Order: sequence, then C-alpha cells, then structure tokens
Amino acid sequence: MHELIEGSKAVARAVALCRPDVVCAYPISPQTHIVEALSGMVRTGGLVDCDYINVESEFAAMSVAIGASAAGGRVYTATASQGLLYMAEAVYNASGLGLPIVMTVANRAIGAPINIWNDQSDSLSQRDSGWLQLFAIDNQDAVDLHIIAYRLAEEISIPIMVCMDGFVLTHATDVVDMPTQEMVDAFLPPFTPRAALDIEHPSSMGMMAGPDIFTETKYLAHRAMLGAIDRLEAASKEFAEVFGRRAGLPVRVLGTDDDAAPGRHGQIAVIAMGSVLGTLEAVLPSLREEGVDVHLIALGAFRPFPSEALARAIGQASRVVVIDRAIQVGIGGVLSGAVRRAMKGSPAPLHSVAAGLGGRPITQDSLAGIVRRAHAGNLGDLTFMDLRDDVIEKVS
Amino acid sequence: MFQIVIHGRGGQGVVTASEMLARAGFAGGFQAQAMPSFGSERTGAPVVGYTRFSKERILTRQPILAPNAVIVLDPTLLRAMNPFGGLVEGGWAVVNTRESPNGVRRISPDAPSGPGLLATVPADDIVREYLGRPIPSAALLGAFAALTGIITLGSVSDAVRQLFSGKVAAGNIASAEVAHQWVTDHSGDPDAGAPDGIGPVQADRPTEAELPNTLIGAPEVSNA
Repeated sequence: MHELIEGSKAVARAVALCRPDVVCAYPISPQTHIVEALSGMVRTGGLVDCDYINVESEFAAMSVAIGASAAGGRVYTATASQGLLYMAEAVYNASGLGLPIVMTVANRAIGAPINIWNDQSDSLSQRDSGWLQLFAIDNQDAVDLHIIAYRLAEEISIPIMVCMDGFVLTHATDVVDMPTQEMVDAFLPPFTPRAALDIEHPSSMGMMAGPDIFTETKYLAHRAMLGAIDRLEAASKEFAEVFGRRAGLPVRVLGTDDDAAPGRHGQIAVIAMGSVLGTLEAVLPSLREEGVDVHLIALGAFRPFPSEALARAIGQASRVVVIDRAIQVGIGGVLSGAVRRAMKGSPAPLHSVAAGLGGRPITQDSLAGIVRRAHAGNLGDLTFMDLRDDVIEKVS
Repeated sequence: MFQIVIHGRGGQGVVTASEMLARAGFAGGFQAQAMPSFGSERTGAPVVGYTRFSKERILTRQPILAPNAVIVLDPTLLRAMNPFGGLVEGGWAVVNTRESPNGVRRISPDAPSGPGLLATVPADDIVREYLGRPIPSAALLGAFAALTGIITLGSVSDAVRQLFSGKVAAGNIASAEVAHQWVTDHSGDPDAGAPDGIGPVQADRPTEAELPNTLIGAPEVSNA
C-alpha cells in the first residue's frame, strides 16, 4: 500500500518484515531513527521472536552481529560515519567468516572536521572490506534493497551494506509502497545457515589460515564477489516477479522507457549513486530540450562492481561525467576511479565531479551547469562543484 | 510542483509541521515529499523545513530555493532574517503573529504585497488555548488551507489524526479550525491584527505529560 512515511521508519518496517532474529544497535545520526523504530516494534510486539540488543559501541554492535550470525540467526544492525570506522576491524571479520549480516549505512561524512551531514565517504572507505554495497536512489529503493539484501546475503554467504544517503533519505518523508508480510515471505525463505555454532555439536569458526591457504581464501572471496553480480541480477528479477517493480539492478539507465534495457545512449553519460540521481533525473528534460544529448546511469551496486554492465550502459558516449560523493584525497573521486577501471580501452574522457561533500546541498542548477560544461568541452578531469573561492582565498 | 518552505526555531516543531503538511497534501491526492534542512540543531536556532506537492512523482531532492508559499512559525524571525527570500511572484505567506498583514510588511518589506497573498494569524494564542503550549503547526496549516486552497481543512485534520491521538489530536484540530476561520474572516482587511490575542476558550486541554515530544518538537540530538 502506498503511504507517506519517513525513510528511516520505512526501512525499520522493511527490516521487521524480513523477520530478523537479532537486532543489535548503537545509535549514531543519521541512522538512529531506524533502530529506534525497531526498538519500538520489539517493545510493542510488532516484531516478535527478535532479540533487540543494546550494545556499548559500534565495535560491539558488529561483534554481537557476528556472534549471532555465526549461531545461525538472521541479524540486522545499522551505522554511519565514525561508527562504521569504529567497527571496521569486525566488519572485515564478518565478510571473511562468510556471515550474511545486513547493515544499513546511513551515509554520512567522516571527520575531522566534525560534520554530521551526508556524503558517501563512510561506506566507500570500506570498499575493500569484502562486503557488498548496494545504494538506494530513494526510500522505495531503500525498502526494497533491504529485502533483496537478506535474500542475496544468505544465498551467497556475504554480508551486505544497504547504503542510503543520511538525512536526504533517512529523514525525508516520501510516498513508499510498503510490501506486505505475505510478499516478503514469498520472496525471502527462512534462513538456513551453511554452518552454525551449536553447543550440542561443538565446532570452531574463524580458524587461523596460514600462508599455505590464505591466498586461496582471498581468491575464493574474489571469485564469490564476481559471481555476486549475476546473483544480484537474478534476485532483482525475482523481486520484480513478486513485488511488481524493479529494484536491486546493478546498473540502470534512468529516464528511458525501459530502465533495465538501455535503448537510448547520449553523447554524454552521467554516472552516480544514491539520492543525487533523483535530482539529476529532474534536470534531464530541460537539458535535452537545450540539445544536450545526455543519458543518466544509476549504479545500484558499488560492490560487486558491475564493470561489464556499466561499460555497456556507457556505450558510445563521447564523454563520461561521474558524480563523486566521496574523494580519495590527492587522487580524485572514489567512484570515478572505479568507473575509469571499468572503461579500460574507451577513448571517452572521464570527468570526476566531487559534489555534495559533508552535506553541501546539490542543486539542479549546479548539476545542469556541470553537464553543460561537459557538453561544451569545458569540464576538467576533476571539479569540486560549487567550490567557494572566498573560503579558499582566505586560507591560501 | 507546489513548494512550501516552513521557517521556525529549533523546538517549535518545524520538522513535524513539514511532515504534517506533506500528509495533508497526500490526503488531498498529491504526491508529497517533506524534508528537513538540518543546520545547527539547537533549541531556538532558525530551522527550515521543506514540503513539495505534485501530481507527478517527485524526483528532485534539492532544497527549495523558490517556494510557492512560506509559513513562518516564529514572528521573531521577521526581525532576524528575511523568510520571504526566493518566494515566487504571486507566492503566498502565512505568519504566526498578532500583527496585521500590513504590520508584517512594515517589519519585513519582502513580505508579499498583493491582496490575498499574506495572512497573519495569532496561532500561538489559539494553540495555547487548546493545548496549553504554543506549538502552532496545525493552526498554521489551517490558516494555510484558508489562504491558498491548495489543501483543505479536512486534509489538515486527517494529517493531525495520523500523527496524534486523543486530546492532543483534538486540540490541534480545533486550533486548525479556529485559525482557518480567522483567516477567512479577516481576509478582506490588511490592517486586521490581534493585539490582545484571542481571549479565553473553554477546551479540554491535554496535560503537559500528554504532549508528545514530536509535537513539542524536541530537536534531534546529533550524537556525532
């Protein structure tokens, strides 16, 4: 049923529909509303057979998630920013142990300087952690991706971060088609762990791997991550059959009749992840009217990185513009670095645009200006959108 | 697309007001979006909320730069800033104040000058009578409905009932009705204000303990 609901509350309800056995929580903005809502559901009986565990830190949150998942439970947690960094050691362990934990990352900048607002520096800093990272365009997508995430994580035994822009999505009230319990049950079977710790049948998990097998472990993880692209596409297709809408596609071309099968390629391909895609889609019609031949590519997954599908979606575009919501200082955009690798052999220049860092509002005018500059051949390799020269001059 | 900016101060319920307005629009058949603008989340600091209505799916997530309407929850903002900046030509404004529309224009020259574009309503006084505290969101939405006709008073009541229940819902709905009537009654007179408030009203007010945090608008704590 379509209803107006805050993004965080919608995600909390979607997680509850997935029937988690354990929710462990440590609050940090902007994910707090999600775990608060789940806590309320556990307390009032809206979420049954679920242990809600308040922990003392994010490191504990991930550690409890690992323990509960290793014992065969379906587990949820959420974090953001410094909280994700604080749990980082355990984050790597969760993927290394093959535990299908689902975690929301309400994307937020990393300090210092301290900043509570949205960009994507936090989850992208964990790009090599071995987790999948799915990115929501809007709150409908955020709801749907959590349901897909449990299904996929448990199929492939890899944990998944569902990334949604903090505040911009978590605190926005939007129209969302909330799935029913019947639909979620039809799509998501009960969790049957491949291996689980059991007091009656003692075993060990997470043994030391010496030089004789460590390379092989990493090779297998690499292979599993590559294979995750097909599994994600398959899960997305099945999701559409049950729920009647597409979600979870690693690559989509927006603003076309058929999002899944790009029929129309422009001279300029714009690539982005997350909520900025909505604002970009809103400026497409006026740009096209001006004669700027542009198409918009939504990357729904950063891990696994869908290189082949992305290269197909870029097609014969003569220029590629990547909206980067996180930068590698001294190098350039995190996303554009990955796109450049996927474009190997392509002669098209790639323009990285660092935008919306630490909550700087991303306006339609600024985005349209960037695309116009690319169209006119006046866009550099790396641009900091809306950079305030007055501030830079004071410091220089 | 119809876009509304709500100006207030931390603790006044700006976020709740923008969500309530979105719910009223959705109840009236629009697609709707509400979005807080998170600045310094301190009690008393200026806070802005955004609400959009559209017949189409709403894609954009940029802040509202050129609103069709502005709602001012706190009259002291008029002297501290210009809440009418960016308002489109012919745009509406509703201000919570005892001042008349012309009185507001004297304080804030950018307030809409055309007839029927600016409404003032002593919402704090009204709400104090019905809820015991100056938490004016629903009253101002009632006034907004009377001024613009974009949403109906019935949709405002629906939105209130979605967020609150019992005496709190009843007090908010009554406040919205009184504010709606106030704007309707005074629409012809740009010098009509309420220097003495609205006078005592018999109402079954909720106790302090019955007022939910979301209505009081406790600012989000940024546990950074």
